Amino acid sequence: MTTATHDHDHDHEHHGPAKGLTRWLYTTNHKDIGTMYLWFSFAMFLLGGTFAMVIRAELFQPGLQLVQPEFFNQMTTMHGLIMVFGAVMPAFVGLANWMIPMMVGAPDMALPRMNNLSFWILPFAFAMLSSTLFMEGGAPNFGWTFYAPLSTTYAPPSVTYFIFAIHIMGASSIMGAINIVATILNMRAPGMTLMKMPLFVWTWLITAYLLIAVMPVLAGVVTMMLMDIHFGTSFFNAAGGGSPVLFQHIFWFFGHPEVYIMILPAFGIVSAIIPAFARKRLFGYSSMVYATASIAFLSFIVWAHHMFTVGIPFLGEAFFMWATMLIAVPTGVKVFNWVTTMFRGSMTFETPMLFAICFVVLFTIGGFSGLMLAVAPADFQYHDTYFVVAHFHYVLVPGAVFSIMAGVYYWLPKWSGKMYNETLGKVHFWLSFVGVNVLFFPQHFLGLAGMPRRIPDYALQFADFNMVSSIGGFLFGASQLLFLYIVVHTIVAGKPAPAKPWEGAEGLEWTVDSPAPYHTFSTPPKID
Amino acid sequence: MQMKLQRAIIALTALLMSSVARADWTLNMPRGVTDISQDVYGLHMLTFWVCVGIGVLVFGVMFYSMFKHRKSKGAVSANFHESTKVELAWTLIPAAVIFAIGVQATYTLADMYNFEDSEVTVEVVGYQWRWRYRYVDNNAEQEVSFFSSLSTPRDEINNRMVKNENYLLEVDEHLVLPTGKKVRFLLSSSDVIHSWWVPALAVKKDAIPGIVNEAWTNINEEGIYRGQCTELCGKDHGFMPIVVEAVSPEEFDTWYAAKQQEAIETAALFDKEWTYDELMELGETVYNSACASCHQPDGSGVPGAFPALRNSTIATGTADGHLDIVVNGAQGTAMAAYGNQLSDVDMAAVITYERNAWGNNVGDMVTPVDVFNYKAGE
Repeated sequence: MTTATHDHDHDHEHHGPAKGLTRWLYTTNHKDIGTMYLWFSFAMFLLGGTFAMVIRAELFQPGLQLVQPEFFNQMTTMHGLIMVFGAVMPAFVGLANWMIPMMVGAPDMALPRMNNLSFWILPFAFAMLSSTLFMEGGAPNFGWTFYAPLSTTYAPPSVTYFIFAIHIMGASSIMGAINIVATILNMRAPGMTLMKMPLFVWTWLITAYLLIAVMPVLAGVVTMMLMDIHFGTSFFNAAGGGSPVLFQHIFWFFGHPEVYIMILPAFGIVSAIIPAFARKRLFGYSSMVYATASIAFLSFIVWAHHMFTVGIPFLGEAFFMWATMLIAVPTGVKVFNWVTTMFRGSMTFETPMLFAICFVVLFTIGGFSGLMLAVAPADFQYHDTYFVVAHFHYVLVPGAVFSIMAGVYYWLPKWSGKMYNETLGKVHFWLSFVGVNVLFFPQHFLGLAGMPRRIPDYALQFADFNMVSSIGGFLFGASQLLFLYIVVHTIVAGKPAPAKPWEGAEGLEWTVDSPAPYHTFSTPPKID
Repeated sequence: MQMKLQRAIIALTALLMSSVARADWTLNMPRGVTDISQDVYGLHMLTFWVCVGIGVLVFGVMFYSMFKHRKSKGAVSANFHESTKVELAWTLIPAAVIFAIGVQATYTLADMYNFEDSEVTVEVVGYQWRWRYRYVDNNAEQEVSFFSSLSTPRDEINNRMVKNENYLLEVDEHLVLPTGKKVRFLLSSSDVIHSWWVPALAVKKDAIPGIVNEAWTNINEEGIYRGQCTELCGKDHGFMPIVVEAVSPEEFDTWYAAKQQEAIETAALFDKEWTYDELMELGETVYNSACASCHQPDGSGVPGAFPALRNSTIATGTADGHLDIVVNGAQGTAMAAYGNQLSDVDMAAVITYERNAWGNNVGDMVTPVDVFNYKAGE
């Protein structure tokens, strides 16, 4: 009895983590929750990746070999949903959880219990979504954009589970976003003015506002679907006086800001890593902040560029074309700033830097194809072809995903207190770099030659590039298992890391020990 | 031994050569065969070269820095980190470049939206998973309207037969259009959203239920142009191609007249005395083109998605109940109303077939007159 009390006091004094499974279930610690988000998103990345492997295997050769069209459509749908909502978004929230309190000198997130809730509802949402694969009629098969009426009148019964899963994911994202805004606005250490915040904090602040603005719109559109399916309304049913085009307007009003939600935090990560390894301050800090804000604003007024072929009037078409092309300007500013940061620096090329540089180059290529897609008359030729598939995978895989990997390599020493194996990290980078380009670059050619997206089988003239693309896909997929090995190996057997493993790194997170103590900045740091 | 090896090498080389000869490494968008498609190609190339130019500049500076300004070469980092002038320059210059592209694009867009003065109008309606074309002609005695479905055999898709050159890009009935005339398309859909795309014409427009969209083309060269549905429309989205056959206006008129004659003859089939065997034979053809993709060629359906017809209560129940679901469809499901998709003859044949095939053996037959009376009685 005495011993137990003593132990309890002992734990209390050191504010260490609880023991066992309940540590993870009940935790309100931003570092624990960040860790769970990151592992969860990696698990989803592997699951969504497995679906992608099925897709690429079926498309390896013309003809139907492995799966039937019904199942193929379930794979494309589930791949998209899991990667967007399960892999990329939770990974960024995980990074935000770990890093934002440490970057602004706060002891924890502003709303720790809500933080726990926003994570723990996610596994249920994805368990429910994945379970649809085993239901009669199969999983959702209408694409991750779930256009009505294919997703309402013509949907399999499992669509209702899909709608509920989306609601839960939306609730989780909104709670996460509110928490991040509250933390950044209220919990900064004295002296940490807004314009002194690291760019990762800035980009996440803006992203969080985007999330709060558009997640309810997504919830609204799936609720309207639910009403159409079960309660006899006709929002999207033409026979009842509704319009399928209304669905697309609402979906893309959510959907376009959503794609910036998946890229703005990436800008923040890269803006931390490039200066660190160029050993030179980030060029144009304030213009980076303004550019991010402009991109976020513009993201609300360009949604119909996803709908150039639905038959919107000439003036509407022209407006959305011009507004979309305008986004290239602030995006260009960011790229120019990164390059100028590298110019006349003193660079070294450790794994985080390799991923960050690769991000700048390949994200820019994705931006170029984005500019081409913005040109409405030309978009009539690109729309819904593999050119679009190539475009958004370039901004999402070597864009968002590589930035996350860069961030993991950069901050893993801080999280785990151990260094990863640099050679293995570089091998992982080069395999991923070659894999991703062999996978997605030929898809530009496929699209231009006329191959529509979301088809399980294709005409013979598309055979060669599809085979190349599939080979790249298998290489890229396999390389990510190496990533898993590297991270596990680091945690289990890595060499101890110093508090600041990177010579040129800047920021409060490097002023605390590695691994970061369970509670940091219980007394706010001094900022000059 | 050596001979064998030599022969193997020769065989392998031949195989490689032939696969290289067959290989199609098309890199770019087709220029197409209309003035608009040429403009679009021009815009595409303009934007592409602008991107290449910016890319060379940006990546040039970047790679120069990566080689010259590395620590291992003793580079010491500079201190600059701000310049309003530079920021202003790389905001305004790209804006100007984009403005130039935008102006060009707006002109082409305006052309694409000018639907006036068309000489031929074709209504294009998307169905799961085929297209219906109707030539809109108010003065015609007999309207020309037909379905256009994939004609690639299932055996080719399932790898039981060698795939032919136009694999998945061939249909039973071409959409025939005259060259040198402005053709207007009116697009809609009977079920989900489809999208009608022919790359050589640079026409892509969604076919949406409840909405009529417009598009137009004016083809300069005779030829056969192939395209596909480009909006995910369910299971057989990958299997509803489009084939446009552009012919001279004279040839078009001849074809059109022949089509009208054919339509008159088809209509006359209604008055024929149909026997059970004739209906069963026609019924199988109709079933395979209109019903089999969901309910399967052997009537077994797809569990959870499309009900089986074999031993189903409807197909073995009353003829009126059977007619009701095929003519009117089932609200809120994927079962479409076929009342205006199939002629009375085809409807009678397919219902007779479904009631007697695969061991259903109801034993009755439904005639075109029964179908007509059923529809009139509703």
